[in-house]
Amino acid sequence: MNKAQRSPLFHISKRGSLPWYAVWGIRGGSLLVALVFCGVITSLVTGENPLQVYAAIFEGSFGTTRKFWVLLQNISMLLCVSLAVTPAFRMRCWNLGGEGQALAGALAAAACMICLRNSLPNWAVILLMIVTSILAGAIWAGIPAFFKAKWNTNETLFTLMMNYVATQLVAYYCVVWESPKGSGQIGIINPNTHIGWFPQIGPYKYLLNILIVAAVCIAMYVYLSYSKHGYEIAVVGESERTARYVGIKVNRVIIRTMLLSGALCGLAGLLLVGSTNHTLTPNIVEGRGFTAVMVSWLAKFNPIWMILTSFLLVFLGRGAGEIATNFSLNQSFGDILTGIILFFIIGSEFFINYEIHFRGSGKKEG
Amino acid sequence: MFDIISFIPRAVVQGIPLLLGSTGETLTEKSGNLNLGIPGIMYVGAISGVIGSFFYEQAHGADLNSLVAILIPISCCLLGSLLMGLLYCFLTVTLRANQNVTGLALTTFGVGFGNFFGGSLIKLSGSELPSIILTQTSNCFRRSLPIAEKLGWFGKLFLSYGFLTYVAVIIALAAAYVLRHTRTGLHLRAVGENPNTADAAGINVIRYKYAATCIGSMIAGLGGLYYVMDYASGVWANNAFGDRGWLAIALVIFTVWRPNVGVLASFLFGGLYIVHMYIPSGMNLAVKELYKMAPYVVTIIVLVLSSMRNKRENQPPASLGLAYFREER
Repeated sequence: MNKAQRSPLFHISKRGSLPWYAVWGIRGGSLLVALVFCGVITSLVTGENPLQVYAAIFEGSFGTTRKFWVLLQNISMLLCVSLAVTPAFRMRCWNLGGEGQALAGALAAAACMICLRNSLPNWAVILLMIVTSILAGAIWAGIPAFFKAKWNTNETLFTLMMNYVATQLVAYYCVVWESPKGSGQIGIINPNTHIGWFPQIGPYKYLLNILIVAAVCIAMYVYLSYSKHGYEIAVVGESERTARYVGIKVNRVIIRTMLLSGALCGLAGLLLVGSTNHTLTPNIVEGRGFTAVMVSWLAKFNPIWMILTSFLLVFLGRGAGEIATNFSLNQSFGDILTGIILFFIIGSEFFINYEIHFRGSGKKEG
Repeated sequence: MFDIISFIPRAVVQGIPLLLGSTGETLTEKSGNLNLGIPGIMYVGAISGVIGSFFYEQAHGADLNSLVAILIPISCCLLGSLLMGLLYCFLTVTLRANQNVTGLALTTFGVGFGNFFGGSLIKLSGSELPSIILTQTSNCFRRSLPIAEKLGWFGKLFLSYGFLTYVAVIIALAAAYVLRHTRTGLHLRAVGENPNTADAAGINVIRYKYAATCIGSMIAGLGGLYYVMDYASGVWANNAFGDRGWLAIALVIFTVWRPNVGVLASFLFGGLYIVHMYIPSGMNLAVKELYKMAPYVVTIIVLVLSSMRNKRENQPPASLGLAYFREER
């Protein structure tokens, strides 16, 4: 046996804190490496010069005015769901049910549009849509929250399952309300009367959504950073026992935060139905409930940084879509690129939180 | 009429991908890793196997050696899902990234990977086929015992499946045995419950996490392969696999982390998945969508009940979803 004292090749320790420019330098660096890697992969698959690939990615978002508006619209919807799940995440309560909560909101909005179109004036329908869809989202999140608070039911798995219950519920109503009959789809709701359609600001179809989400974003930042509720959420997230000790009612905070989370998801669903798509399909949320988890986490649960991270993900997604169209590849190519970039950024977090000491460099361990 | 003799075999065939997925996920979760990448891994497993056997069928045309035709997709599938498992472990165990985020990224990647190669394989390989149809390979997978047809209902219920079906059941039972009755299983459960204690007891936490997650991914990947080769008769269609990956995760909860319970539970889930085709709903197509909700609702009920009864052995592994860092107490 080798009795000589040998320190391991390297050991890992937790970093204190890095200055913010180093943190964002590491993240930016990893993003750059990821982009280079994606460029190489794309050129290997398509046989194109990598510069052209990057040009195509850029083209996908900024090519035309229309594409730019679609980019902004997609960012605002993704940001809305991300903002919604963030308070729960700050509390270390993994709400993976953004998809289902947004669907519940969308369902409620569509229900108002369809069932009340002949009995109520337009403004009343819109008012009811706002109330019911926010309520529906809140209820959809409130059910798991109640069981979490009361019996400590695992909220990650519960909210995950609630997504599919919502999907099937929407699929059910899609058949019930189908028009034309037998198509199994709802189609555009109220195409002639525009009842329940949100007003359009000037010629800009998406401006209303963008403004609403921007307001929500600022409000969420203030709520989380400067309000008493925000502080309670942070304490519960750090340590439930501490929270209980200082007299915070943990169960109440959990339920309240999840209700808020669901309500904002419901708002996202409302905007999707009332202001953008004017229809309802089971995949109207387009997986944003899941993407939002990544957006929120990448921004370290900070609403302002989330603008940047949601821009990043939407930008990449649209760019990859453009590549796929240009080089006649399958649209799923975008998911592969997004996945690769996420892996890089996820991996880079390690170097922010931990540092590696190599053998023979620096101080010796006792 | 409700035709039970034809219903059960179809439920079983539906259930096997879920069984494989949930067995893999159970092993993974027992090591404390909540791998939400399972849906993606199942896609990758399926498409890797399809790619392997696609090129084999291209190269050999009519005269397939059935043993090789089975071994190639299986080894490709295992390799593909192993790589996904390694990636997950590297990010969550070595780099200690957040498991939920990593898992979801893995699902995005895996589903995209599957659909991309499923949709572009023909174009990329420059062949002239209209779509990916691996009938010959699929026939090798689906070959059942010749006596099955002579035994009437008994043969149809128990012997009419391809070999991978029985392999899946055996894997599940073996996993249950290992978890409950061996030292390895005890160590694995210790790692999932409390890695600090396990580490103090001299168990190599990192190695157990890696091994359990990688083996789990490989088993789950087989589920994807089974779906394409056996259930779908070798026809790849994008997104045909659907949300079965999430259903497999639901099944883990439903079985309260016991693969042996999973055998029957997966058949039940498979049955719930297709029961809407058997229940006469007349012209009302909408109700069928509600039936599809059943597996998820049942899972939620089990999740709630098991947390309400709060019996120790029915709880999720205590450190599920948490990264382990020895120096952090």
